[in-house]
This record gives sequence, structure tokens and C-alpha cells, in this order.
Amino acid sequence: MNHRPITEDDLHAYVDRVLEPERQAEVAAYLGDHPDVAKRVAAFSDQRDQLRAALAPIAEEPLPAELNLSRIIETSARRPSLARWAMAAMLLLSIGGLGGWAVRGALQASPGGLVALGQEAAVSYSVYAPDRVRPVEVRASDSAQLVQWVSDRLHRPVKVPDLTTSGYRLMGGRLVATSHGPAAMFMYDDDRGSRIVVLTRPMSSADQNAPMTPQSQGDVRGFAWADDGVGYSLVGHAAPESLRPIANEVRRQARPI
Amino acid sequence: MKDMLLQVEPLIPALRRYARALVRNRANADDLVQDCLERAVSRWYQRRDGDVRAWLFTILHNLAINQFRQSASRGRHVPIDETSEDNFGEAAAQEQKLMVQDVLNKLARLPEDQRAVLLLVAVEDLSYADAAKVLNIPVGTVMSRLSRARERLQQEIEGIADNISTNVVPLRSEK
Repeated sequence: MNHRPITEDDLHAYVDRVLEPERQAEVAAYLGDHPDVAKRVAAFSDQRDQLRAALAPIAEEPLPAELNLSRIIETSARRPSLARWAMAAMLLLSIGGLGGWAVRGALQASPGGLVALGQEAAVSYSVYAPDRVRPVEVRASDSAQLVQWVSDRLHRPVKVPDLTTSGYRLMGGRLVATSHGPAAMFMYDDDRGSRIVVLTRPMSSADQNAPMTPQSQGDVRGFAWADDGVGYSLVGHAAPESLRPIANEVRRQARPI
Repeated sequence: MKDMLLQVEPLIPALRRYARALVRNRANADDLVQDCLERAVSRWYQRRDGDVRAWLFTILHNLAINQFRQSASRGRHVPIDETSEDNFGEAAAQEQKLMVQDVLNKLARLPEDQRAVLLLVAVEDLSYADAAKVLNIPVGTVMSRLSRARERLQQEIEGIADNISTNVVPLRSEK
């Protein structure tokens, strides 16, 4: 019958009395045949006995008052621990965060994407609308070319909203750079020379659809929304009450037929 | 908190014994145990399932190690000879006391990581797996450390270690 070889670990486990009875017997038999190893193991066992004897009285001492567990529990219940303060702080922070998130949601319906789109439209308006030399790159007379260009760059068919019924005439448009990629900008003016801008681009995954939401940046105001992954923002200097029906008209026209 | 009282209270004497054997100073050791119990109370509901004893020893051991590190960085530690024998087993009879003091003095010469493993396994009866958890090392390391601790303590007991250390010094200075 073959026995597994005795290992150093077996010897320590033998000293600590944690071997299975069968293995314990095998080690004992081995030690019977190897007096040198047996001497070492006996010395280790002696150490163990001496240490236990030396330290046993400590565990017999009466516990000092500071180590009275009932008292420690009582004290900890009365005085909130640092951990509890930390938990309370975390809770407050998360309430604040959630509350802010909810308010943001209520005001804007969709965070991030629409806000960014509105800002991009406002910035484009601020830069190009006051431009007397070249407010648009492609004029309305070349609108077919304009549609082709922006549709290519946005990788989707783009329709230029017709706002003549709202009193605004297409001046033309251009491609503008945003941190979310290229966007198509269309500019319109009315008979009194006031201009509005419509900016459209594909939305990031989180903002595929979003209801019409008021936007404002300084004195540039307007609305933004998203339908089927495409975002729109209409901005101008006009009062929001007059811009809203125009935005509704843009949205109506942009919807798939 | 009732189950906590039932599970933790019986272990306090063992925690005191481990702390005192490790830091060799009654007041320091009891401070550590008190710290340990306060932490255990505040984290009782955060502990993962498992052996309460191993959990408590882990908290205590980490507190002790932090204290060692802090006093090491301050360059201050309690020299072995300064430790009064009164810190150990006052219930022991006088002649027993001498022998007891002897083995503990010899234990104190071991490196702290070897002392810890020997105390946890040989005195506190933690399984090798629980000792590994407390010390945050693999079981294999527990075994090799335990082996080194026992060899080293045996050298101390037989007086060989002193010869080795006195031999080492001239060898180094001759370089």
C-alpha cells in the first residue's frame, strides 16, 4: 500500500492537531521511524504548550470596564460614529444629486444632449447672424447643393425647412463644427432683417427623442427637441412666444412623411 | 445587537491575549482591543458572512500593525527588557512565571509577522485558512511563515540564535 509522502506542512498540522485521524496516524508512524524529525516535532509541540501556558492567564483576567461590550454598544448608539456621519453625508449628497437630476429632467426633459445642442445653436447664431459679409456659405439660390452637402456630411437626408408661411425667408446655410460632430445650420431672415437659425445634427444615443424644450443663452433664446435620433434647435433674438410656433412648424416639416 | 453581544463577548479574552502577546504592553494591548470592539460594533451589519472570530482578529491585527508602523515611523518602540513581567500572567505562580517570561521573551525576538502567525495558529487555534484571512496572505505563506517561526523560536530556546547573531556582526564588519 502506497502512502502519500509526509510533507513539512503535515508536520506542522500534526503539531497543531488539525490532521484527519488517519493522516495523524501516518505521521505518527513516520515519526516512529525517523527520530531526528520526531525530535524536531516534539520541540515544536513543546513550544506550543509553553506558549499556551504562558498566555492562558491573560484570558483569565477579569475584563476592565473599557472592554465591557454592553457599554461600548451603548456608547456607540448614543454617539454617532464617523462611519454613520459619512453615511448620512452620502445620503444627503445623493438626495441632492437626485433632486437636482429630477429638477433638471423636469425643466429640460433630457439632460446633456439637448442642452448642448441648444448651446451650439446659440453660439452659431452669435457668430454668423451678425455677419454682414458672409453669414451663410451656401446661398438659398443653391439650396439643392446645400442639401446635398449637409446630407453627405451628416450621413442622412436633411430637409431644409420652408418658413415662408411664418414670415421667414431662407438665406442659406453652412456646415458648423460642434463637439458632437458636424451640424447643419440654416439661416432665415424676415422683412425687418431679424434673423433666426435652425441647427440640426444626429443626437448621441441618450437623446434620441426629446420633447420641445425652451433654451436660452444670454439674449439668444429658442427651443430644442429631438425626433428619431435627430436633434433640432431654433434660436434667435425674437421673443420665445413668437419663436415657438416657428419651431413647431420646423418640427412638423422635419418629421418623416 | 443582541446577537452581536452573544457572539463577540465570549471572544474578548482571546482578543486581549493575542493583543498583549503581540504588543507586550498591557495598556497598549487593551487600547487596541477597545478600538477593535468599537469598530466591530459600528461595522457589525456590514461584515460579510463568515467566522466572527476571524473577522474580529482581522480588525485587531490590522490595528496592531498600524500601531507598529506608526511607532516605527516615530522611531519609538518598547524595548523587550523594559517590558515589566507584571504585564504577563499575574495569576501564574512564581517559578512558573520565570519559565513563562522566558518563552515570551524569546518569542518577542521573532519578527512581527512570524510572531503573529505562531500566535494565531498555535495559541488562538485559528485554522490555517482563517490565519491567512487575518494576515491577508495566501495559506502557503502562512505555512512557510509558521515553519520559519518555529525554527527560529527553537533556535532562541536552544540559545543558537545568539551565537548566529554574534557571528554575523564580525563577518559584516570585516567586509
